[in-house]
Amino acid sequence: MGRQLLLEHIAVPGIETFEVYRKMGGYASVEKALKTMTPDQVTEQVKNSGLRGRGGAGFPAGMKWSFLDRKSDKPRYLVCNADESEPGTFKDRYLMEKIPHLLVEGMITSSYALGAKTSYIYIRGEYMYVLQILEKAIREAYAAGFLGKNILGTDYCLDLYVHPGAGAYICGEETALLESLEGKRGNPRLKPPFPAIAGLYASPTVVNNVETIAAVVPIVNLGGDEYAKVGVGKSTGTKLISASGHINKPGVYEIEMGLPVEEFIYSDQYCGGIWKGRKLKAVVAGGSSVPILPAELILKTAKGEPRLMTYESLAEGGFISGTMLGSGGFIVMDETTCIVRNLWTFARFYHHESCGQCSPCREGTGWMEKVLHRIEHGHGQMSDIDLLVDVAKKIEGNTICPLGDAAAWPVASAIRHFREEFEYHVKYPEKVKNPKHFEEQLLVNR
Amino acid sequence: MATEKETIQFSDSALSKAKEIIGRYPEGKQKSALLPLLHLAQSEFDGWLSPAVMDYVASLLQIKPIEVYEVATFYTMFNLEPVGNHLLEVCRTGPCWLRGAEDIVKRIEQKLNIKVGETTADGKFTLKTVECLGSCGTAPMLQCGATFFENLSEESVEMLIEKLAKQKRSSYLRPTEINVG
Repeated sequence: MGRQLLLEHIAVPGIETFEVYRKMGGYASVEKALKTMTPDQVTEQVKNSGLRGRGGAGFPAGMKWSFLDRKSDKPRYLVCNADESEPGTFKDRYLMEKIPHLLVEGMITSSYALGAKTSYIYIRGEYMYVLQILEKAIREAYAAGFLGKNILGTDYCLDLYVHPGAGAYICGEETALLESLEGKRGNPRLKPPFPAIAGLYASPTVVNNVETIAAVVPIVNLGGDEYAKVGVGKSTGTKLISASGHINKPGVYEIEMGLPVEEFIYSDQYCGGIWKGRKLKAVVAGGSSVPILPAELILKTAKGEPRLMTYESLAEGGFISGTMLGSGGFIVMDETTCIVRNLWTFARFYHHESCGQCSPCREGTGWMEKVLHRIEHGHGQMSDIDLLVDVAKKIEGNTICPLGDAAAWPVASAIRHFREEFEYHVKYPEKVKNPKHFEEQLLVNR
Repeated sequence: MATEKETIQFSDSALSKAKEIIGRYPEGKQKSALLPLLHLAQSEFDGWLSPAVMDYVASLLQIKPIEVYEVATFYTMFNLEPVGNHLLEVCRTGPCWLRGAEDIVKRIEQKLNIKVGETTADGKFTLKTVECLGSCGTAPMLQCGATFFENLSEESVEMLIEKLAKQKRSSYLRPTEINVG
């Protein structure tokens, strides 16, 4: 197992309580920041760390912080994006549920750096029981003097609240999240202005993912330069990977950036290999939105180099033969998986979750779902396959927010790498009648 | 329905909770409390939001009823029609599908003799399918009120239904203590 910067103490009994968390060295970053550093020095450390947004986009966190309008006379806000909804992603829930004080600590240190006096954690409504765990942790932090007025005897004051969403994937998009936090429908805003200038209540706002904010804790404790020594190149630090699908050991794993994908899938320290003694067919490496890759391309790049768990290595080959690290939602499929049916569930997801604001997405996601439904159920035509590619192309890049792209990429990549499987569904409709058609065929052939 | 409206009123504890929630947001930004208050209202009033309940929430926040309706219809967690005592929401997205979510749905349909979207005649159960609940590593799974039931098998989901049938309405705010292994 590599270095653990976030989950090192996750197995300590009682780590969800303030007392145990503190005993294990918790809240040291708050003490260090508030007592020995200026807010700008904290931001500087985050810049030096090379930390990139862990929600999916991978934008440098320190740069995002530096965009915050510090000259405005309006209050500044830090909002934590805990609206984890990207299919295949469950790392933030794990972190908040098991070690809630890590997020609370990260929120305090980060709010100090940004000059926020009120901060919110926007958590998806389905995580209602996690919200209660966080609220308990926050109450404990208030009682211990780490939240509220004059924290640790300094001038710094901060109030922290948890706010539930109510079942809308789109609210993971930062401007939709802010709309939702203002009590409105989750329709993404046109940018600019960016939230750093006009975010929550039109005030300067930073929105960061749970894992990003948690990573500020080791960055401040170790120093940004030390943090940057972990990992490879521009992929610094550790990453939480949510591993799901046809593997022996699904779960959340903290990996050092740079771990070979092959080791991650087959090592007993991580996924423990493919279940039921089957072979690997495909992987969606960074949540449902990123391009799917067949086994040979997820293990090795098109150039034949081992694929690593980094932003750069997973993207090697662009969208022709590569993918993205995304949110770290690592979905593994064995040889019996029907790529068309899996894709149909994703298309249904995006259709359901489109906010309806932009017509290419509102209409296009519905068309893709319908066409995939008929191909999967043996009613498709050969021309439907190119029709899907055409619809995906016309959504991509033509919407206010990235949900349109997120819906288009899985379709385009599945057809790019598994076109023969789509053709098979059209040619042999009677062979795909059973929803488990490929599993059935494997069992018959054995 | 003026007479019905008069009967819509939070309990004292819910009302003080609502006031506490409203206080989390800056002066004049009380509309921010809308989603938390709708969760609270749904929990208080039998698991769904009637127009009268939504009007009541609007009055608490001093906003127009339309501002509540447009929000309540946007978010899937708000039920705009009555639901059974136990709303079974089975995740059907990719990762859960890979681990057998379709078999779970089928087994529940057989057990309860209803289809997805329907409520049993005795009003105890409603079955829905939902999109990814962030529980992909413990798939297949379903949510009932505030509780996640994970690593389900066809057998364990039957057992869950039998246990839930003996209980009162599932809470939307507090997880229940039912273990189905």
